[in-house]
Amino acid sequence: MGILSKKDAGLIKDPLFDNNPITIQVLGICSALAITAELKASIVMAVSVMFVLGLGNVVISLMRNIIPSKIRIIVQLIVVATLVIIVDLVLKAFAYELSKTLSVFVGLIITNCIIMGRFEAFALGNGPWRSFLDGIGNALGYGLILVIVGFFRELLGSGTLLGFKVLGDPIEKTGLYAIGYENNGFMLLSPMALIVVGIIIWIQRSKNKSLIEEA
Amino acid sequence: MEHIELFFKSIFIDNMVFATFLGMCSYLAISKKVSTSVGMGAAVIFVLTVTVPLNWLLDQYILQEGALSWLGEEYASYDLSFLSFIMFIATIATMVQLVEIIVEKFSPSLYNSLGIFLPLIAVNCAILGGSLFMQSREIPSFGLAVTYGVGSGIGWFLAILAIAAIREKIRYSSVPPALRGLGITFIITGLMAIGFMSFGGMLTGGDEEKKDEPATEAKVEVKQELDKEKDAKVVAENTNINK
Repeated sequence: MGILSKKDAGLIKDPLFDNNPITIQVLGICSALAITAELKASIVMAVSVMFVLGLGNVVISLMRNIIPSKIRIIVQLIVVATLVIIVDLVLKAFAYELSKTLSVFVGLIITNCIIMGRFEAFALGNGPWRSFLDGIGNALGYGLILVIVGFFRELLGSGTLLGFKVLGDPIEKTGLYAIGYENNGFMLLSPMALIVVGIIIWIQRSKNKSLIEEA
Repeated sequence: MEHIELFFKSIFIDNMVFATFLGMCSYLAISKKVSTSVGMGAAVIFVLTVTVPLNWLLDQYILQEGALSWLGEEYASYDLSFLSFIMFIATIATMVQLVEIIVEKFSPSLYNSLGIFLPLIAVNCAILGGSLFMQSREIPSFGLAVTYGVGSGIGWFLAILAIAAIREKIRYSSVPPALRGLGITFIITGLMAIGFMSFGGMLTGGDEEKKDEPATEAKVEVKQELDKEKDAKVVAENTNINK
């Protein structure tokens, strides 16, 4: 971290754990849950959000003094929508199959609360470089949870990671399947995403008591 | 019959919250009290009912491939579907603003109960999601788009009402301290989603094939001519794969 001052480094580090967008700020849950059945989709989603949030924060921060506050939501939505269209077209061009899996959830990055939340809370009041770091940091925190959930759901649900059969072949009964292991197909269904995130929150809060809610 | 089927399907089977996790942010943030969640739910039904049909018209007459043919022959080949995100979100943001002004003018009491929630709705994923699903599922007619909008709104309303009622009661239970608040809400929502999955066989009688037939028929009706082109594309793709 030679280039970054201590304060700037905090912008990237804080959202990873103690101020994680998903588990602490409760932002951007929708997409986090819907596309995590496969690790690959989770990674692509995390990278897309990082691109949109990093660049969007810079653009909003550059324009922060000329946006009239009454119409700022529409301005923000237009900036995000433009960036998301770029992501969508790139995905359709280079990873068509994956863009089918993600379906409407690429479009839903527009209304991902992380993006609007960071624009409102940070980019409107800070310079472009710090806003960029904040965007990247929050996207990393978001991506971290996505990758953890995607990892467990794909590993336990279909016995693969990124499409590789890490636990052996279920049909030919090799690897773990030889001793009677079965895939838990339930992990692939959408409700399990909620429960996995719930468990992550549980573990995180029991490690860091200061995060526990009163009610 | 078509309308009834789509209506119940969008409430129970494709429930916004439990099947696709749309609008989770406001769902988690506003479900602490039943009274506020009723206000938010009503606002979502209202806005979905207005924006889904409106975006259907936009999609059908401006954005789809060949949709501009009503302007004249030379426009028939335009495909503006890449603009759909920006058009949909602009429509939604404008509509929300418009609805807010109209409600404030004509029904101050309704405005006071919905007031705080209306601006929040512009960035609620459930609203944009409704329009995007309407587009990707190729809903064939304007009437069905209205039904879909109302149905998914009511589904969202039911979900937030149910979780708010549970969260009011759960205050009296001894939840492990680290799970209190957010954690337990996630897990309850997961369990409710498992319950809602059992509605899956409701309209099909557990027979998956029946479910597919009407959907494909509907698509054929909409895109009689476009289909030929698409078929050609699919064949081309398939041959590529075979190579």
